[in-house]
Amino acid sequence: MIAVVLTLLIVPFAAAVACAVLPTKRIAPAITVTAGVASFGLVLALLPTVAHHDLNYLSYLRVDALSEIFLLATGFLYAVVAIYTVGYAERQGHYPRYARRLYAGLNLFAWAMLAAPLMSSLALLWIAVEITTIVSALLVAIEDTDGAAEAAWKYVLIASAGLGLGLLATVFAYFAGAQVLGEHYNLAIAPLIHVAAQLPATPVRLAFLLALVGYGTKVGLFPVHTWLPDAHSEAPTPVSALLSGALLATSFYAILRYYQFTAAALGSGFPRDALLAFGIASLLLASLYVFGQQDIKRLLAYSSIEHMGILAIGVGFGAPVALAGVMLHVLAHAAAKGNAFMGAGVFVVKYGTKQIATIRGALDVLPWSGPLFLLAIFALSALPPSGIFRSEFQIVAGGLAGGHYAAAAVLVVLVTVVFFGLTGASTRILLTPAPRSLSAAAAIGRGEPSAWMVVPAVAGIVVLFILGLHPPGELTSLISRAVIQLGAVR
Amino acid sequence: MAQSALISVLAIVIAADRNLPDLYALAGLSAALKVVAVPLVMRRLLGRTDLEEGEEAPGVAGSHTLSPASAVLAGIVLAAFGFFCFGALKIHGPAAPALALALAAAMVLVSFGLMIVRRDVASQAIGFFTLENAISLAALVVASGLPLILETAFLFDLLVAVVVFRMLIRAHHTKAESLSTADLTRLRG
Repeated sequence: MIAVVLTLLIVPFAAAVACAVLPTKRIAPAITVTAGVASFGLVLALLPTVAHHDLNYLSYLRVDALSEIFLLATGFLYAVVAIYTVGYAERQGHYPRYARRLYAGLNLFAWAMLAAPLMSSLALLWIAVEITTIVSALLVAIEDTDGAAEAAWKYVLIASAGLGLGLLATVFAYFAGAQVLGEHYNLAIAPLIHVAAQLPATPVRLAFLLALVGYGTKVGLFPVHTWLPDAHSEAPTPVSALLSGALLATSFYAILRYYQFTAAALGSGFPRDALLAFGIASLLLASLYVFGQQDIKRLLAYSSIEHMGILAIGVGFGAPVALAGVMLHVLAHAAAKGNAFMGAGVFVVKYGTKQIATIRGALDVLPWSGPLFLLAIFALSALPPSGIFRSEFQIVAGGLAGGHYAAAAVLVVLVTVVFFGLTGASTRILLTPAPRSLSAAAAIGRGEPSAWMVVPAVAGIVVLFILGLHPPGELTSLISRAVIQLGAVR
Repeated sequence: MAQSALISVLAIVIAADRNLPDLYALAGLSAALKVVAVPLVMRRLLGRTDLEEGEEAPGVAGSHTLSPASAVLAGIVLAAFGFFCFGALKIHGPAAPALALALAAAMVLVSFGLMIVRRDVASQAIGFFTLENAISLAALVVASGLPLILETAFLFDLLVAVVVFRMLIRAHHTKAESLSTADLTRLRG
């Protein structure tokens, strides 16, 4: 298995280097697609083993059930986005320098996100998350427009400041660990959880809160979410899909690691309350901002804030069924949000605008992407039989089982509000016929811009249905193992 | 700059005190980056927008949202708040007194204040480096045994901060022809 883990670390990085160095235009897409699909295959190969026992290698690599969940989400999105990018880059008709940067950056970004859950130490985890920030900030700036420069600046400043707090959290976690494990403690997670009961309370509490705000900046939790809609709307679409489905989840993974040892040290009451408060605030903000968005990618960005809020609330509930829901939600959200962004990207390429008001009659114009986008929006709004319906159902059930009646009710109401906001905007895009006065609309013929941009969306829908209707047995045992590792409240 | 130099000196002092050879390396590298490289880059950026001698560099002119007096006052209030909050926590490591941690907390808050009230990319980047210094200080205080892995994280952070900030500041500068962020208001809502 060590070969699989090491290959997983090498393949995306090698692909990034190859895309940056090799001059040929044709090779970069082939390399990227191969690397994406191969990485997902490697992550899948880890699944049967990790569902039953943890893997530790070279004292710096560690794969357990919790990290495998996030690896699966990132690996899947990497594969579909790699395929999508082939169509996206060739339709953009950009100069080769742009395509080379996009391919190299995309692989490097995926590499950093795949590396983060593999790290056994909190310091290495922080470094991996920091690399994702750098690479993605440069990818946001790649479009070379005023909006992209503004979004990249805001993103890098806010996220770096947030990660500064994350580093401070790492320092306090080291301080707490060093009290028990000695000065040569290397910030590994497993021993920290093991001795959690003896850790001093104040530094642990401080570390958790700093990590929640610090990494929470990258998750997009209210009130430190402000970079998120800008970066998501201005980045190239493949990058937006990865940002939303994989990057936010990877940062949430970091918070879960702090949650693990904090809950073991102080009892889970304190960290759960903190997560619940941040989650509900984020959900409330997102449900209000979904209405009245002009830009289709900003709309989806606010939906991401909503779903990250749901994840935080789910962990806040703490019941086993809610935590299982959270794990499933990470996977289903990656598939659904990836699909929604890829659909939106097709509209943007086809109509040449991100404005919701100008995209009309998409269901007629785009015979595949239109219905696929509608399915993705329904999935995001937790309509059965998508995986998100199952996961949100479990989270609400867990909330009710744990006696959080008010929070569960608020969750259901706000999710319904978001449903109206999302479907309202998408039905306008899909069903309103194009007005005849728009001369540009007449020029838009029927047909898909590229088959490369449709195939990944089909794969996403298939995954969503599988997760919703009948999750594979191995996945279910993986999720139950992750729930035990998170220390569910009985 | 003076602040960065001070932190590096502190690292050397602690290294000498506790006989930790790798701290010397950390101090040397961070000094090279923060005391030499960052100010050079900043000076070049500001110099490029300079029109006449004697004026305040136009890059940062008009970037105050508060008058200097109220900004200083706000800084003092923030610093005092951080100082006493952390002082009350009574966390201290073997190398330096709890006072130093309170100082670091005050620096963190002041750096956030700086990033919020100033409206130009250079000052915001300096705010970020102040935050960076504050975290280094906190780390030296509570974790002077600083394992190699944490040191790597620090150096890494510094290196990329310098590179990325420089690239983005330059991109912003060529796009907007100024260093002000006051006109970065297109994306909202």
